[in-house]
Amino acid sequence: MTALLEMRGVSKGFAGVQALRDVNFAVEAGQIHALVGENGAGKSTLMKVLSGVYPHGSYEGTIVFDGAERRFRGVSDSEALGIIIIHQELALIPLLSIAENIFLSHPPARYGVIDRDAVYTRTKELLAQVGLHEPPDTLVTDLGIGKQQLVEIAKALSKRVRLLILDEPTASLNEADSAALLDRLIAFRDQGIASILISHKLNEVERVADRITVLRDGFTVDSLDCRAEPVDEQRIIRSMVNRDLAQRFPERAANIGENVLEVENWSAHHPLHPERKVVKNVDFHVRRGEIVGIAGLMGAGRTEFAMSLFGRAWGTGISGHITIDGREVTLSSVPAAIEAGLAYATEDRKQLGLILADDVRKNITLASLAKVASRGVIDDFRELAAANHYRTAMHIRSHDVYQETATLSGGNQQKVVLSKWLMTDPKVLILDEPTRGIDVGAKYEIYRIINELAAAGKGIVVISSEMPELLGICDRIYVMNDGAFVGEFDKADASQEKIMHAIMRNRSLRDGVTANDAQATGAPL
Amino acid sequence: MSDKTASLAEERRPGSFIKNNLRDYGMLLSLFAIMAFFEIATDGTLLQPLNLTNLVLQNSYIVIMALGMLLVIVTGHIDLSVGSVSGFVGAVAAVLMVRHRIDPAIAFAACLLLGAAIGAAQGYWVAYFGIPSFIVTLAGMLVFKGLALAVLEGQSVGPFPPTFQKLSSGFIPELFPDFGTLHPTSLLIGIALAFAMVYASARGRARELSHGIEVEPYAFFLGKSALLAFVVLYFTYMIASHRGLPNVLVVMTVLIALYAFVTRRTVIGRHIYAVGGNAKAAKLSGIRTERLTFLTFVNMGVLAALAGLVFAARLNTATPKAGTGFELDVIAACFIGGASAYGGVGRVGGAVIGAMIMGVMNNGMSILGIGIDYQQVIKGLVLLGAVCIDVYNQRR
Repeated sequence: MTALLEMRGVSKGFAGVQALRDVNFAVEAGQIHALVGENGAGKSTLMKVLSGVYPHGSYEGTIVFDGAERRFRGVSDSEALGIIIIHQELALIPLLSIAENIFLSHPPARYGVIDRDAVYTRTKELLAQVGLHEPPDTLVTDLGIGKQQLVEIAKALSKRVRLLILDEPTASLNEADSAALLDRLIAFRDQGIASILISHKLNEVERVADRITVLRDGFTVDSLDCRAEPVDEQRIIRSMVNRDLAQRFPERAANIGENVLEVENWSAHHPLHPERKVVKNVDFHVRRGEIVGIAGLMGAGRTEFAMSLFGRAWGTGISGHITIDGREVTLSSVPAAIEAGLAYATEDRKQLGLILADDVRKNITLASLAKVASRGVIDDFRELAAANHYRTAMHIRSHDVYQETATLSGGNQQKVVLSKWLMTDPKVLILDEPTRGIDVGAKYEIYRIINELAAAGKGIVVISSEMPELLGICDRIYVMNDGAFVGEFDKADASQEKIMHAIMRNRSLRDGVTANDAQATGAPL
Repeated sequence: MSDKTASLAEERRPGSFIKNNLRDYGMLLSLFAIMAFFEIATDGTLLQPLNLTNLVLQNSYIVIMALGMLLVIVTGHIDLSVGSVSGFVGAVAAVLMVRHRIDPAIAFAACLLLGAAIGAAQGYWVAYFGIPSFIVTLAGMLVFKGLALAVLEGQSVGPFPPTFQKLSSGFIPELFPDFGTLHPTSLLIGIALAFAMVYASARGRARELSHGIEVEPYAFFLGKSALLAFVVLYFTYMIASHRGLPNVLVVMTVLIALYAFVTRRTVIGRHIYAVGGNAKAAKLSGIRTERLTFLTFVNMGVLAALAGLVFAARLNTATPKAGTGFELDVIAACFIGGASAYGGVGRVGGAVIGAMIMGVMNNGMSILGIGIDYQQVIKGLVLLGAVCIDVYNQRR
């Protein structure tokens, strides 16, 4: 068979981070090609290059589609050729109908007046093709997430799709919906439509993929032909995670003391859908001087867990017990949590961590202004001294403390966030994806800071999607999946395979058992 | 990282100071330019003592409300109801003092409390219910306009007791009445103020220098201080040669100083800017964002009430029409003064200058005999122009 798409020698870097390195990737007509790899391996970047989100010229390498070299200037160029991408966050407008959504950008019209009859007939045809039996005038908001996904696919079909790209299409679907969706892909394959499937669910990949490409750290590390020989999950996981960990993490001698934070039977519900339990009866503890990791895939509920602990900053219907230094506490607000010695550095620095338009100084002192003020009046010089202290101690590379944080690099922004929390003098520091989007050198510095904090007797909790990072710096790792803790490993005992297995095992169990049963594997030591 | 540092170093080459701080001084320069223009166009009428005094009296209530509006805008909200609220409070004051003969001091305090209650009522929906402030205060605008009419039963109510009138039309008592027409008390206060301002900025600069903070060039500082002192002294001289300092100018100056201090130096001020800059980050940093938003509306209510009292005292009567359209001048003053419609940015000084620009234009155009129709056209264009320049500067 001939290649429908060939991407040759694609490289793409962002300020300081090389996301793709000389990637080769080919899809044949009528093939389901799975693209797998850890978070941050470069899958999304590769697809954004392909779909024209990153226009020609912003990357190196060539794209050949349908026998000719293509230079996409934007998404509309790739769409014109039938390359349609469906993102994880669906691009549907909730308060418009199915038909209106499908024909949003190119409705059948005469003289600018939409031909409603044509819209309806075409929509019905398309919905039949994707196996969705809903009236075309149903509002998208009234559909479940699985059906919305099908609407997205119908929308792609309306554009005469030749290559369909699905980014984690089943991440938020239940088993039945997932199976239905995968069956669709197989049906499309038989009609000659090729698909690229990005997924963390390896059992699904195993089921439908004709070929599997594994990305790791921006490299293509493996390409497995599933038609030639059966490929099992073990084989894929090994390709995904295998890498050299030496010298990426600073040395550290752990000095672990008493429990500083204990959480028992912690649960939280989604603020907008109170019937959905997102954090499920979690038991958790961290000791003085200990670095504890929480592993899991995106959407596992790790951030929700951390934020619900941190003064109920997320969620509703929160229940459970928190003990800090042996005393049970109720943290009903963020100020109360800070007061009790908790700090939480968010995963999203720019949206939730920093006030980007403000300078380094104001960001550092924001959570502890009382320390540099008397009777509500800020002492400029005490504030300046404090800011300068952290700027030096944390090696924040900025011109001075009056530099706008928006102009700092990711690593330095993260150091500002850490400074802000250190200034509150916390007992427990929860770091959510502390090295996301940070280059390797700055990561090392952040790890060193984390080690120093642990050495100073603070309890550190690190939430990370990068397993090597957790294995490299943590004394103990919890594994979270679908809102529950499904595994707990000591440093000596932990490996990427074991963590992946804990997640995957739980995923396949999920339909048959309740989360509480699955959690039995995650009982505290 | 390295190229970032390099570009920063480049920005800091000598001579670039003025360019980098143009925005800060730009507003002040615009005000001077506009004043100079009208001074010439009106053949010197604008800066005559009588007119200058009138200018202050005419714009006092706009400046007072701009102080509150600035905080509301900085938190990322807007208050459309301030005109109606000030009219309503003026009406209540008239009913209390004129119809019910209640002591002016008690009525005054009651009216400020009423303003606080109105601000609280509106702020509650905005802060704790998350209803857009635009909608809540649009409703408030209608409600309080209607209530003002109802309280006054459609008529004008006046005149006010003389003690109350003093709020707007009174001047500070003269301690040395023997020195002729120059009102030495006012003059002395002005001189003291000028010295205090120059001294404070010199001391601040010295302290910053001693802490190794980069400051404006010395020549620039001298020039700025001299200009500041000159403007204050000249203004004082003009005011003193008419009837001395108006009471309301004293009130205004104290309020401006207070709000400038609160926004720049206090924890609560810093928190207000943080909420406007990034409410989610502020909340996760332990700032009680809802309560802060609520308080800015309460504050706005009190200042709207005060402005309503000042306006009523000035007209010496409460009319159902009082306050109509004030909100537009107040909001325009804040935006002309450099506040950002997205929140987090804005200075008290800017809002005051913005209010003065509006005031000088109103006054100057009236002297020139430009009709109310074209006055509005010109004011609208000035607002749009000022904000455009601001946006352009930020993109640069």
